[in-house]
Amino acid sequence: MTDSLAISKFSELANPTRFLALAARILPWMAAATVILFAIGLYLSFTTEGDYQQGATVRIMYVHVPAAWLSMMCYTVMAVSAIGTLVWRHPLADVSHKAAAPLGAAFTLIALATGSLWGRPMWGTWWVWDARLTSVFVLFLMYLGLIALNRAMDDPSRAARVSAVLILVGFVNIPIIKFSVDWWNTLHQPASVIRMGGPTIDQEFLWPLLIMAIAFTVLFFTLHTMAMRNEIWRRRVAAQRRMAARMAGREA
Amino acid sequence: MSHTFYIAMSYAVSAAVILCLIAWTWLDGRARRQELAELEASGIRRRSAQAKDDAA
Repeated sequence: MTDSLAISKFSELANPTRFLALAARILPWMAAATVILFAIGLYLSFTTEGDYQQGATVRIMYVHVPAAWLSMMCYTVMAVSAIGTLVWRHPLADVSHKAAAPLGAAFTLIALATGSLWGRPMWGTWWVWDARLTSVFVLFLMYLGLIALNRAMDDPSRAARVSAVLILVGFVNIPIIKFSVDWWNTLHQPASVIRMGGPTIDQEFLWPLLIMAIAFTVLFFTLHTMAMRNEIWRRRVAAQRRMAARMAGREA
Repeated sequence: MSHTFYIAMSYAVSAAVILCLIAWTWLDGRARRQELAELEASGIRRRSAQAKDDAA
């Protein structure tokens, strides 16, 4: 009984029309939450103390680290969606990983650019080909490849299946990024927040970092919901144009 | 260059990328909504919508 209830709830959400109705209801709340969280996060980012060694440059962390977390979380969301495409043929799974790819590319670009801007004053270089930086750069290229692949194929369901396989193969890069700083000698510092034994970062920096991370995450889910809605609309427009062309063909 | 330059550039780059992303997503949605409205106005509707109208 509970099984069938869970399955019916799941298939209810799989219906794109229901998803559109849900998106219309929750998007204003998500957008408002994003604005409020960014306002608090940015206020804390510029009012808390600087680091005793790095000085004010520690403030770059409040955009760099959340963007880097999101670059990996977005790929994880895409990998879960890819499983949805390949295993359950979930109608929204194809839409979900296609809509997430440009968002992931954008957040990875922010992580790379702010990392470079932080590296110059702290390490004395804009870029080094060490394990962490290179693996994040590979992630960026993978996002671009997935966007190109989705755009290169006309049939969306075929494009979704091919992309899903590629996403799952590429998922091997995520643990490599996470543990690159432990497995190899890198200029990049090891983990100081999400690590065994708890965070080693000072409370002064932890709060603005956490709030900015939540703000970035809510922003991601807001944009992801909007992009999924756009993709559903795009597919409806294409389907209706095909139908109109068939009807015109019959009349001729 | 001063540290302030690197901090300002980091926030400026992040803001520019995020604002472009928001604008692109929003404009894409607006264009798709317009296309759907135009199709609807020319009498082309989804089969499910037609079925509902026929039943009513």
